[in-house]
Amino acid sequence: MHELSLAQTLLETVEAEARRRPGARVVTVGVRVGELSGVDPEALSFSFEALVADTALAPLALAIERCPRRHRCPRCDFTFAATDSDFACPRCGSTPTPCVGGDELELTFLEVEEP
Amino acid sequence: MTRIVVEQKVLKENDRIAAALRARFRDAGVFCLNLISSPGAGKTTLLERTLEGFPAGERVAVLTGDIQTENDAVRLARFGFLVRQITTGGTCHLEARMVEQALADWRLEDLELLFIENVGNLVCPSSYDLGEALKVVLLSVPEGDDKPLKYPAIFHKAELLVLNKLDLLPYVPFDLERARAHARHIHPGMEILEVSCTTGAGLNTWRQWLKERREAARREAAALTR
Repeated sequence: MHELSLAQTLLETVEAEARRRPGARVVTVGVRVGELSGVDPEALSFSFEALVADTALAPLALAIERCPRRHRCPRCDFTFAATDSDFACPRCGSTPTPCVGGDELELTFLEVEEP
Repeated sequence: MTRIVVEQKVLKENDRIAAALRARFRDAGVFCLNLISSPGAGKTTLLERTLEGFPAGERVAVLTGDIQTENDAVRLARFGFLVRQITTGGTCHLEARMVEQALADWRLEDLELLFIENVGNLVCPSSYDLGEALKVVLLSVPEGDDKPLKYPAIFHKAELLVLNKLDLLPYVPFDLERARAHARHIHPGMEILEVSCTTGAGLNTWRQWLKERREAARREAAALTR
């Protein structure tokens, strides 16, 4: 359960951004969470909500974009979202296919209301 | 309403410290491993078996992370090498900042090998880069052969899987072949070693692997500075 400390880090970044824009109100924070990031999106949401409630930033929404594990086929170069049971290339059937993404944990955007 | 594109890693600050540590390890010629497993899989025991095999004067050190107690540091200090406990006081993983602080007064130039034993946890440590050359994941036989599927993040990120407690295979429903297949399903081509720290089986292969990886890292560093 490290989502609470991640939510804290996230909130500090938002606070720093908010300070750079006096008068603006941050209403939504966008994050990208990959399936391989080791982060549980529900726990992150829960932690974020709990922390925000005690700050001047409340109410502040968290928009989580989930990213699947992505593999690239070495034979036909096709990139696809892999499922737990199948990592074979859906286009040409090749296997194994190396994993090329899905461990993201990124702050992507802030939605602000300017005065 | 204005949308400001930020696009930065949430763990940017941790990654910055980890990158600085990695550069220091490289410059000092230190090969650093980050050992990750659930509690009780045998990280400390593997380190005990590893340290006891080294000659006195081997340039090796261990940072060992736990939520509470100095027990692991006490166990590991018996071998006469540099050992320091990091107690996180509740945090379920090590962060780069903790490693930086823990080795602040060490001369890295005196070391060639550094083990970081992470807090026992298969989830959270996988998110935090500590500046290591590579991650090693341990999985012990009683935990079950489906762990790679249940905890894909760490099996994806670790370069080596050490299957431990193989002496218990006759007593638990653990299918070795299935464990290997699950691990390589998540991480095609993953290196896997099978050991028992109790009987000593497989430990020579582990020592050999360690020796080869250290030499490879040394060659890489030498090629970079040339």
